[in-house]
Amino acid sequence: MLEFPTWKKLWFWGLTLVIAVAALPSLFNVAGLPWPRALPDPEVSLGLDLAGGSHILLEANEKQVAQQRLENMEESVRARLKLADPRIRIGDISSANGRLSFMLKDPSQVDAARDEILPLTTGAGLTGQRDWDIRVEDGSRFVLTPTREGLDQAVSNAMDSAIEVVRKRIDALGTREPTIIRQGENRIVVQVPGLDDPQALKNLLGQTAKLEFKLVDESATPSDVAQGIAPPGDEIVPWADPNSPGAGGVPVIAVKRLGGIKGDQLTDAKQSFDSRNNSPVVSITFDQTGGAKFAKLTSENVNKRFAIILDDKVLSAPQINEPILGGSAQISGSFSVQSATQLAIALRSGALPVDLTVVEERTVGPDLGADSIRKGLIAMGVGSGLVVLLMIATYGRFGIYATVALVFNLLMILGIMAVMGTTLTLPGIAGFVLTIGAAVDANVLIYERMREERKKGRRVIASVENGYKEASRAIYDANITNFIAGVLLFAFGSGPVRGFAVVLIIGLFTSVFTGVMLTRMWVANWLRKARPTELNV
Amino acid sequence: MRLLKLVPDDTNIKFLRWRVPFYLVSMILIAASWGLVLTQGLNYGVDFAGGQEIEATFTKQAEAPVAALRKQVSALGYGDPVIQRFGAPNEVSIRTKLPESAEGNPGAAEAISKKIIAAIRANNPDVRIESVSTVSGKVSGEFRQTAIYALGAAMLAISIYIWVRFEWQFGVGALFALFHDVSLTLGMFALFQLEFSLQIIAAILAIIGYSLNDTIVVYDRIREDLKKYRRMPLPELLDMSVNETLARTVMTSATLLVALIPLLFFGPESLFGLTAAIVLGIFVGTYSSIYMAAPILIWLGVSGDSFVPTESAVDRQERLARERSAKP
Repeated sequence: MLEFPTWKKLWFWGLTLVIAVAALPSLFNVAGLPWPRALPDPEVSLGLDLAGGSHILLEANEKQVAQQRLENMEESVRARLKLADPRIRIGDISSANGRLSFMLKDPSQVDAARDEILPLTTGAGLTGQRDWDIRVEDGSRFVLTPTREGLDQAVSNAMDSAIEVVRKRIDALGTREPTIIRQGENRIVVQVPGLDDPQALKNLLGQTAKLEFKLVDESATPSDVAQGIAPPGDEIVPWADPNSPGAGGVPVIAVKRLGGIKGDQLTDAKQSFDSRNNSPVVSITFDQTGGAKFAKLTSENVNKRFAIILDDKVLSAPQINEPILGGSAQISGSFSVQSATQLAIALRSGALPVDLTVVEERTVGPDLGADSIRKGLIAMGVGSGLVVLLMIATYGRFGIYATVALVFNLLMILGIMAVMGTTLTLPGIAGFVLTIGAAVDANVLIYERMREERKKGRRVIASVENGYKEASRAIYDANITNFIAGVLLFAFGSGPVRGFAVVLIIGLFTSVFTGVMLTRMWVANWLRKARPTELNV
Repeated sequence: MRLLKLVPDDTNIKFLRWRVPFYLVSMILIAASWGLVLTQGLNYGVDFAGGQEIEATFTKQAEAPVAALRKQVSALGYGDPVIQRFGAPNEVSIRTKLPESAEGNPGAAEAISKKIIAAIRANNPDVRIESVSTVSGKVSGEFRQTAIYALGAAMLAISIYIWVRFEWQFGVGALFALFHDVSLTLGMFALFQLEFSLQIIAAILAIIGYSLNDTIVVYDRIREDLKKYRRMPLPELLDMSVNETLARTVMTSATLLVALIPLLFFGPESLFGLTAAIVLGIFVGTYSSIYMAAPILIWLGVSGDSFVPTESAVDRQERLARERSAKP
């Protein structure tokens, strides 16, 4: 037990020092000292609750993905059956209750219709998975129900592209080192350090930026429209700003459902000013196909009005004075420079395939974080001082061993955290303090046992040996139960609380190493050199 | 040098003599704790109730305008805010719970938070928003659920470990002690209506781990003594084991307390709840390892035989053969 060959001593010291040295860059940083550039600098990163920053959890609306998919399916089915030869006529089409259903005008075309629709319902992958189930009711009614797998795949695809869009938008804000991670089925975690205005970020991420151009139905009766009654083939869209001049006091406008174009084929969007009245606008440039479509829409509808619709709200409804052939246009609305810039960024990065909602936000200002670190360090210092006093007063020389072990313990925890790239959070500071109090417990158990063995009349060396041997059972059992609690805390905890678990778990390993193994080496060394005849413990 | 001894040598306190009254008191305390939790309820923070908590400093005022703030936030119609001082007199935290009608709407918390911040900013130009936590109803519901899973899983997993390492009676004893500690901690939070957040769950999990350290030390000694003194009556043996380890139990709790108490007084305000819960748990845990975990072994019927392997047939034959040959 107390034999320490040279190789073992070298091994212990080597391990201790190498890990402890890894803590130095972090300590230099806290103390405000420069760390030599030439040396590697693993550093403990600070959590957002200490460094300041925003943690934003976004949730996608899965129902919307399903609805969008139904609408796309409806369009595809219409187009496909229209182009079939002979043409297959359908009626009573509905996409209610999460499924698409329609009637064939001519029941004898069931087989032909099925052959046309079938290719639309298989997945894009090679697995042969079916995205939709087709059922025929009463001989002529087709019912298409999305399968679970198909829907999951659609949500997953939507999330992948949503993350891309989120990343582009955050980059456009010029934020440094954002973290963007998919979480679970339909969530995205965005972590951005030190941000002056998290509201701007949230506004930007919450904006779907689905841009559409639709023709205004001038023939609609204003009183009907005001009551929300749409003429056939029209839809009623609310104004984003009911006080804007185009609205004319009515908060909604009737537009034609079909025949508009989408504003997703853009090569550029930027904030500029209207040359006539100097109000902020967004200038957009279509790509080639988008530009062609826009040119067609404007040349066919000169002197009519079209509505510019953003996220299902009308921004403005300008009159088409002449065909717009150059592929660029201006979006006017009741913009401020800031909101126009934000819309330009959103349009440039593309529309989100699904609405994102902020379901959780944690923002901490940089001052509060710095204050927490300072107070945490003070408390840690006082706490360690008291623990050291108590240990030395109670166990004398052995208390000093425990103290030195404690210092190495803390350095090693910090070093391991730095090398592993884990994050120190505010609860992590509490984890450090708790570890300081708990780490010396192993020493208490060993020393108390030594005291007891000596009192029973064992020789000094035998007492020390038995102290370490008999106490180790309880030490390991206690550490394993703490480990179980720590792992569960890590598994179930989120964000800052995980930082607490990380410190506790690393601390358990380093405590056993420093508190049991290192002190045993030092005690053995002392026993051999001093050959004490009495244990003052 | 004379060394400090928190517990004198060779104590012989008859802990177990009073086990029945102590058990009754503990049972009453556990029942009272749950009664409080169920009737008073826990004062859920934003993590579990949803809503928002905003910490703000009023840079140009000596003291935060609490009454005015209450009026400004209430006027928005999302209920009365809880406004507490947070550090210096001009620093407050403003907490509003998510209105029940908004629990199903994922975007509601964020929208309300935005309006409250705007209202505070508009009325107090000197305000500096230090931190914002916004939690929607769905997320807070998930937090509540995972918290319960985590606590249950930790208690069970640890008890199973003790059962495997010792005997089933010890596993039950540990589970009971843990239940006692968790119940009383929850009871305290219900009684004093302290804010109950995710950090408190972390604290309780830490308590589950650390309060068991003392129990393990006592159990380890009981096991050792059971093997050594096989004929000693159990209550006497338990008393002896508890007394032998008393110095350890007290000392390990003392080191934890002296490390943590400065954190209560000098540490960051946001760690107060977590630290207070752990400190509370250490007291409760030390008590439970002496008065809950040990006596229950009497009722569960632990005996010296629990740890000595029963004699196998081969052993028995060999013993009989030895005895025969020893006889003349």
